[in-house]
Amino acid sequence: MPRVSFERIHKTYGAVSILKDLNLSVEHGDFLVLLGPSGCGKTTLLNMLAGLTDVTDGRIMIGDRDVTDLDPKDRGLAMVFQSYALYPTKTVRGNLRFGLASARLSSEEVDRRVAWAAKLLQIEPLLDRKPAQLSGGQRQRVAIGRALVKHAEVLLFDEPLSNLDAKLRTEMRLEIKRLHEELNPTVVYVTHDQIEAMTMATKIAVMNNGVIQQFGTPDQIYERPANLFVAGFIGSPAMNLKKARVAKRDGLVTGHFGNGQEILLNDYRFAQVPQEGAEIVVGMRPEYFGVPDSPVNGAAAVFDLPVAYTERTGSDATGYLRFDEGLLSLRVEPSQAARLAGGQKVRVAFPPGKANLFDAATGGRL
Amino acid sequence: MTDIASAATIGATVDSRPVVRRRKKRITGRSIAVIVFLTICALFFCVPLYVVLTTSLKTMDEIRQGNIFALPQVWTLEAWRFAWFEACSGINCDGLRVGFWNSVLILIPSLILSIALSIVTGYALALWDVRWAGTFLFLMFMCAFVPFQIIMYPLIAMTRSIGVYGTIWGVAVVHAVLAMPVLVLIFRNYYKDIPQEIMNAAIMDSGSFWRIFFEIILPMSGNILIVVLILQITSIWNDYLIGVTFGGFNTQPMTVNLANMVTVSTGTASYNVDMAAALLTAIPPLLIYFLVGKFFVAGITAGAIKG
Ligand SMILES: Nc1ncnc2c1ncn2[C@@H]1O[C@H](COP(=O)(O)OP(=O)(O)OP(=O)(O)O)[C@@H](O)[C@H]1O
Ligand SMILES: [Mg+2]
Repeated sequence: MPRVSFERIHKTYGAVSILKDLNLSVEHGDFLVLLGPSGCGKTTLLNMLAGLTDVTDGRIMIGDRDVTDLDPKDRGLAMVFQSYALYPTKTVRGNLRFGLASARLSSEEVDRRVAWAAKLLQIEPLLDRKPAQLSGGQRQRVAIGRALVKHAEVLLFDEPLSNLDAKLRTEMRLEIKRLHEELNPTVVYVTHDQIEAMTMATKIAVMNNGVIQQFGTPDQIYERPANLFVAGFIGSPAMNLKKARVAKRDGLVTGHFGNGQEILLNDYRFAQVPQEGAEIVVGMRPEYFGVPDSPVNGAAAVFDLPVAYTERTGSDATGYLRFDEGLLSLRVEPSQAARLAGGQKVRVAFPPGKANLFDAATGGRL
Repeated sequence: MTDIASAATIGATVDSRPVVRRRKKRITGRSIAVIVFLTICALFFCVPLYVVLTTSLKTMDEIRQGNIFALPQVWTLEAWRFAWFEACSGINCDGLRVGFWNSVLILIPSLILSIALSIVTGYALALWDVRWAGTFLFLMFMCAFVPFQIIMYPLIAMTRSIGVYGTIWGVAVVHAVLAMPVLVLIFRNYYKDIPQEIMNAAIMDSGSFWRIFFEIILPMSGNILIVVLILQITSIWNDYLIGVTFGGFNTQPMTVNLANMVTVSTGTASYNVDMAAALLTAIPPLLIYFLVGKFFVAGITAGAIKG
């Protein structure tokens, strides 16, 4: 039985429909990440699960309980908020204790749990401080502690790391991952940061405009995006999406790009093979291109293209080549990046079986 | 080596550079105008206060000489004693102290009632999903502008029907009711600044209206409570109309007492006693200002969220 499930959820604010017929369910111990651009309804969905927002239509189940109309405190959930939402007049200890306000526990049990959470999150020295006397990372730890003391079966996070700097975010990401492995609760985690999603999730639901575009493991989402939106949204630098026309000759299926270049598509596992001349979109991840100007054999496509510019991001570099009207990005070794001077023509190869194909009209995967 | 040496010389030259003095502020025509204006304002309040204070410390003989700006030749607290213990208000000659204690007895329940009602209403309106909250607020807002005189007679009828007319409780209830609209608006606007996420966290943690109020919201309300406290103490203490209308014969507040003393004087007017009585009536609000005045400004300017 799934731990959390949304069944035919609708949500409208006045005349505006935010979520339409949404279905989603995760198993016990899963780490579900709701991923999507700003305004797509992630927070709305999470708040409905928490009971902070009314459901217009549909049913939410936690375990075998229908919680759709239950009070937030009776749902057996704990939540960590984006702005931490610590109680400013209470000490850290007071904040953790208030996390247990609705649980009728003996005072010793409350103390034991507070001590346990404080130790787990290494905030013991901070217990008697007020939130205003803590750094951002420390506040985040306290907020997580306040959720953990409840021993809830389901933990909710709403963009908990978005107010932290890059270094701290990496640290906290590992920390949350570690807590999940150690305590193994079911987690529903909202973010628009795909790195967080890829590193922490066991399941990702990619959302756009209130609709779940794809639900799957991080690998599935990354390697086999279900449609153009997911393909373009996941991956940095983004996947190259180029329009092409299908041609069939002597048992070979190829895609012809607008600039005369072509790609061999025989190794692609078509759900159904498109018609001759059909408009498709070919998706090529930047990191699958071979080293520029290296000897080529057995490639699906070989492009001779002029360099536009290169970009270095620390451990990585991205080269941008002129392709038709637009640009084609490819990952290169930083040491090689200097060789790619602007204007110079290079030869790059794309391996077979790595392309993603989409129907140009519907955007769906072929 | 040379580098260090040159760095040292640079440092030295920087240090030895003459300090640029800040220009002295010149007195401009504008600042003179401001100072003159402020002085006039100060005199406007200080001169009458001076006269009242000195007169209250004089004997009647001295006052009759007519030199109202002179300091007392003989300093005496006799007028103060008389005003407090013996002055007549109507046929009752027990002094102002009767009115003082009535005022205190009116003040305390009025304060508690008005603040308790409006703080909880403001909290509910700002932080809970109250149905018709907008309409309710608008009505409150309109009520704040209804002149007291218009509803005075209905209020008399209502207090009479619930049997509190002419008692201290009648006055307290009317004070609480009349203060509600403004106080609710003040509290609601203050609580509106509390981030929704804190309330959401509290609802998930506890879910209890009263527990959240007492443990989370009330401790965050110190500033605004001081503001409201001062507003209410001053307005209740200085009130005359409600006291004279709803107070019974023996439960009239100090202001009514004072007015009776000053206006209905049999025989000659005792200016020194009148002045002393006026000052006695004014002391409690003044005292409050001196004690918590500095929090007042802080309370008006600060929001709810502060560590
Ligand atoms: N109380 C509300 N009334 C009307 N519309 C709302 C309300 N709350 C949210 N919305 C709308 O619902 C949509 C989804 O909002 P939501 O907060 O769920 O987005 P999100 O995916 O969490 O975005 P972000 O990543 O920016 O936090 C938005 O278009 C927003 O304008
Ligand atoms: Mg959000």
